[in-house]
Amino acid sequence: MIWANQVVQGVLLGGYYALLASGLSLMFGVMRIINLAHGDLAVLGAFLVLVMTDHGVSAFVALAAVLPAMAAVGWLLQRTLLERGLRSGALVPLLTTFGLAIVIQNLLFEKFGANVRSLGPGIGTLAYDSWTITTQIYVAKLAVLIFGVAVALLLGLQLVLARTPLGRALRATAEDPDTAELVGINSRAVYAFAAAIAVATVALAGAFYGMRTTFAPYDGPSQLIFAFEAVVIGGLGSLWGTLLGGIVLGVSQNMGQQIGQQFFNNSEWFLPAGHIVFLAVLAGRLVVAEVAARGGVRTVLGQSA
Amino acid sequence: MSESGVTVERWSASSLASSGGVASLLVALAFVPVALSANATDKLTTLFVYVILAAMWNALAGYAGLVSVGQQAFFGLGAYFAIKLANAGVGVYPTLVLGALLAGAVSIPVSWFMLRLRGGEFAIGMWVVAEVVFRLVILDHSVGGLTGTSLIGINGYSPSDRRNYNYWLTLGTAILLLGLVYWLLRSRVGASLQAIRDDEEAAASVGVRVLAGKGLIFVLAAVGCGAAGTLWLATSITFQPNSFFSVQWTAYMLFMALVGGLGTFEGPIIGAIVFFVVQDQFGDKGVWYLVGLGATAILFALLLPRGIWGTIEDRFGLRLLPVGYRLRRLVPGGGARPGEQLT
Repeated sequence: MIWANQVVQGVLLGGYYALLASGLSLMFGVMRIINLAHGDLAVLGAFLVLVMTDHGVSAFVALAAVLPAMAAVGWLLQRTLLERGLRSGALVPLLTTFGLAIVIQNLLFEKFGANVRSLGPGIGTLAYDSWTITTQIYVAKLAVLIFGVAVALLLGLQLVLARTPLGRALRATAEDPDTAELVGINSRAVYAFAAAIAVATVALAGAFYGMRTTFAPYDGPSQLIFAFEAVVIGGLGSLWGTLLGGIVLGVSQNMGQQIGQQFFNNSEWFLPAGHIVFLAVLAGRLVVAEVAARGGVRTVLGQSA
Repeated sequence: MSESGVTVERWSASSLASSGGVASLLVALAFVPVALSANATDKLTTLFVYVILAAMWNALAGYAGLVSVGQQAFFGLGAYFAIKLANAGVGVYPTLVLGALLAGAVSIPVSWFMLRLRGGEFAIGMWVVAEVVFRLVILDHSVGGLTGTSLIGINGYSPSDRRNYNYWLTLGTAILLLGLVYWLLRSRVGASLQAIRDDEEAAASVGVRVLAGKGLIFVLAAVGCGAAGTLWLATSITFQPNSFFSVQWTAYMLFMALVGGLGTFEGPIIGAIVFFVVQDQFGDKGVWYLVGLGATAILFALLLPRGIWGTIEDRFGLRLLPVGYRLRRLVPGGGARPGEQLT
């Protein structure tokens, strides 16, 4: 039963990772860039909500103001920092977003200090309410809410991409921006829109992160890594893959934690387990690609025999 | 005179003169501990560690197109292996060299799968590698877990001996590593690496062995960052996994290589000097200093992507330590004027 509980908690945690990762996946899918400040934007979102809850506003009301603001941040980010580097390959966006990450982390540290914060107090009983499934499995209402929001967001993105003119423009620009321009699509506007959506979703993820646990100014890089692992496990650029990747990551971390505690009396296995499963998936995928490139399993086995 | 009216040259008068200057400067640097104060010796030791780090990151990003956010893995591993070896009874100074080589050995299996990743995937993939290495190191309670431990053996040397040995070892390592990079860049490997950086598919299509070239630079950079880590350990004595495996080191490397001039040989040295001065002047400003570093990196990436040295090179056609070739157009009458450059 302990194990079943770890799987359930892992799946729910995976919903959070998927929410965190969907913006990263979207920006990679459309603009082919990986935003190294992604995790720091999540933490920035959490702090913005915190500032408002400190003034007595409820966390969910604060979110209604923070999400449009962060969408504007994403739009500005694309127009000022990212757009200039897009044509010059992968190098410049990596350098600028890494610089941005350092700036955001340290400005947050300057403003809020090193103390850990939480949005938990701002959401009332939701912070600790849970449903009892069996005597050993409790499901936190907040975790279910986050999972539900993640699924709804992915579904929404999927519908926008598949069914709307905007989605068509996004897909066309992702495929080939120059050709998209030829048929009258403003690729600059499309890019800025994608960045706005990506940053708003990551801010939403950051707010949930702040509700379910504590956060601090330098937490961004670890969130970026979780998001990246979820995206890569699920397959870059695939939205539903991101949810699957998040779940695999969450379950691995929880199982690793349990294995470490139960068999090795060590409670520090949560993070390494997730990283190791990520690296194993990566290695497995590269082996498959290599075998395929050499003409399939039969050829490779025939060569070595 | 060639038929086409152009000639290809590597050495120009200015680069010959500057090479002579560099040689005499290196000889002079060897006498610093004898001639200058203990404080100056310490500061220069720090500067040389920065030069190593900047040159290694530049070799990766500027020449092989590999933006790694995880070089702190090798920096920390070098120090970790040095501590482990010293605990096992190996002499202090040999452990510093062996630690760097072991960090390089770890990079070989890492390279097998990381180098197949592209661009941003490689960047964060390396970050994950650094995280994994850090988590595994703090599981090792023989080096004190998160608290860390000290390189106690080095207390067997008097403070002044230690300072001088550290200085000479750091200077020697920097010269050796930069020499290796210089030699590599001037060899076939250098040309193939830049071809890979500019267009991987095109390079592969004309027969460049992409993985082999990248692998060589990757392992060299790991040894270099490992060496920087062991040398940092020798001067700071305490090994705290948190600070040795901090992503801050990558931020410093990126800043130095970018500001100095990515993809130029001299750039990282300039970048290291700039960083050293900035840290000396503003290091006590804490958070604002780091904000400034990040903001400067953004500005350079967007507005001056060739960095300080790259811009000077482009504007004045200077090549002090030539790693590339350039074309000189022969003007009728025998005189030559600087033409287009090929690097």
